[in-house]
Amino acid sequence: MSSLATPFSVRKTSWRQPSVLPGFGLTFGFSLVWLTLIVLIPLATIFLKSAGMGWHGFVEVGFSHRAIAAYRLSFGTAAAAALINAVFGLLVAWVLVRYRFPGKRFVSALVDLPFALPTAVAGIALTALYAPRGWIGQYLEPLGVTVAFTPLGIIIALVFIGLPFVVRSVEPVLADLGRDVEEAAATLGANRIQTFSQVIFPAIAPALVTGFALAFARGVGEYGSVIFISGNMPGKTEIAPLLIVTQLEQYAYDGATAIATVMMVFSFVILFGLNAWQAAQRRRLGA
Amino acid sequence: MIKVQNITKHFGAFAALYGVDLEVQPGEFIALLGPSGSGKTTLLRIIAGLEFQDGGQVLFNDEDVSSRSVGERQVGFVFQHYALFRHMTVAENVAFGLSVRKGKNRPTKAAIRARAEELLRLVQLEGLGHRYPGQLSGGQRQRVALARALAIEPKLLLLDEPFGALDAKVRKDLRRWLKDLHTQMGLTSIFVTHDQEEALELADRVVVMDHGRIDQAGTPEQVYMEPATPFVSHFVGETNLLPGGLHVRPHDLEIVTDGGDPVVVDNLFRKGGFWRVEGKLAGSDTVIELDLDASLPPPALGTTIFIRPRRSKTFPQTGVSP
Repeated sequence: MSSLATPFSVRKTSWRQPSVLPGFGLTFGFSLVWLTLIVLIPLATIFLKSAGMGWHGFVEVGFSHRAIAAYRLSFGTAAAAALINAVFGLLVAWVLVRYRFPGKRFVSALVDLPFALPTAVAGIALTALYAPRGWIGQYLEPLGVTVAFTPLGIIIALVFIGLPFVVRSVEPVLADLGRDVEEAAATLGANRIQTFSQVIFPAIAPALVTGFALAFARGVGEYGSVIFISGNMPGKTEIAPLLIVTQLEQYAYDGATAIATVMMVFSFVILFGLNAWQAAQRRRLGA
Repeated sequence: MIKVQNITKHFGAFAALYGVDLEVQPGEFIALLGPSGSGKTTLLRIIAGLEFQDGGQVLFNDEDVSSRSVGERQVGFVFQHYALFRHMTVAENVAFGLSVRKGKNRPTKAAIRARAEELLRLVQLEGLGHRYPGQLSGGQRQRVALARALAIEPKLLLLDEPFGALDAKVRKDLRRWLKDLHTQMGLTSIFVTHDQEEALELADRVVVMDHGRIDQAGTPEQVYMEPATPFVSHFVGETNLLPGGLHVRPHDLEIVTDGGDPVVVDNLFRKGGFWRVEGKLAGSDTVIELDLDASLPPPALGTTIFIRPRRSKTFPQTGVSP
């Protein structure tokens, strides 16, 4: 537009370079509207709603002992589950990328199943398995390990829910990592452990962090599968999303939004941090 | 001295190598030349220890290394697509081979750093040690890969299509530079290529491979002037096949006025110091290419010229070859 009139004018906004890819204005505008409608406005109403109760009221509900215990449980179990998924998801991705075996497609489809399954179904199934008289629970009980109705149970449910995120994040990067890079390490005298820790792992670490972040985010917000296995004892095994629902059931909308706001801010800070780290990594690799 | 004896290799039902024998003298610069699927890369990888043969032996100085791993063989290997470690700086890449050494074999940190710097100077990338491979050009990356391979002081340098991914100008510069480096450092090198021009320009000895066999191993001069098989004649340099099974190079054809084979000229262009004339043997589909001195007027398009070989080669079983 203005660039037609003054073709040699120096642009002040350096982020908008003339480009042969058309439609920046249109797509960017559309993205912005879309994000606003779908994400920003609903989130903003949460803030507005909780702002309505005043700072004092907000702190009282949002940072009550019960709420703090719930945050700690939700973020703690989500982090633990995401960490477990990072380890075993990497293993699953490795097997799927590196080896050919009968039933590989079947295994691959199995990985996605937690995405599709109603989470309540997963919760009920896991509870049935891990309850003190369940198939697995009955063998753990004599060992002094109780899974159902403890934080351990929550972690297991979140591991189940989060697995596909790690596998699907790591898989393409691992597949893309050429054999020749490993062979190069071998010709230079590195053993398998050195090759993995110094060559393969750093290359897939950003993807692994993406998977971790997604699994973590999902775990923090997860409700359906957890409430069956957790037992929901306030202050012990009550997750934050459940606390919100409890508040809603008592028509305490302000309290619900206060807790939601706190969760949202924490989640955003954590995810933003992880994203920033990855962006720095990508810049470093010149990709 | 590197000796390869009666190497065979199968990938499933496909035979990649049938009983290959090769000797490489210290200081030699060898080209393994052949089309894709000829087994040249497989042979290189077997010598390196990246692939293991089904039969036969690989000897380094009369010692059988067939069962040794790639790390134990101490060979430098340069990959076609560089295979640099993207998350490491250039200097870290070069130092990798030294820093993974164990115990007292590992030099001190300062010594490793000094060696990396020295190698970067050698490959003319001084001062770029702190960069990441993603910030370098293709030619620079390949030189980093070379410095990295040289860091372990290899007994043998193996290069798999080292210039394959580079553009023509960079490729030519790098070629000449590699040749100098090879001589200067007293290396023994084997490189794989499908580019006959590259093989003839660089190598002391060219090993021409086809379908898992060595067709001919000789100096560039021998391979070009005295091809051992019709395949070599076609693959190394250009060859016209004239009636009677005569193999003739384009520059060995001349225009004559007394007899000769009639050729209808259908294309003409300048190729360096020559006119390249392309045509078909009258009454057939046989394509003929000849090079004529550019100082003489070229024949006109569509006219018929008569050609005769100044020099030609026949092979016992020919007449039917491609």
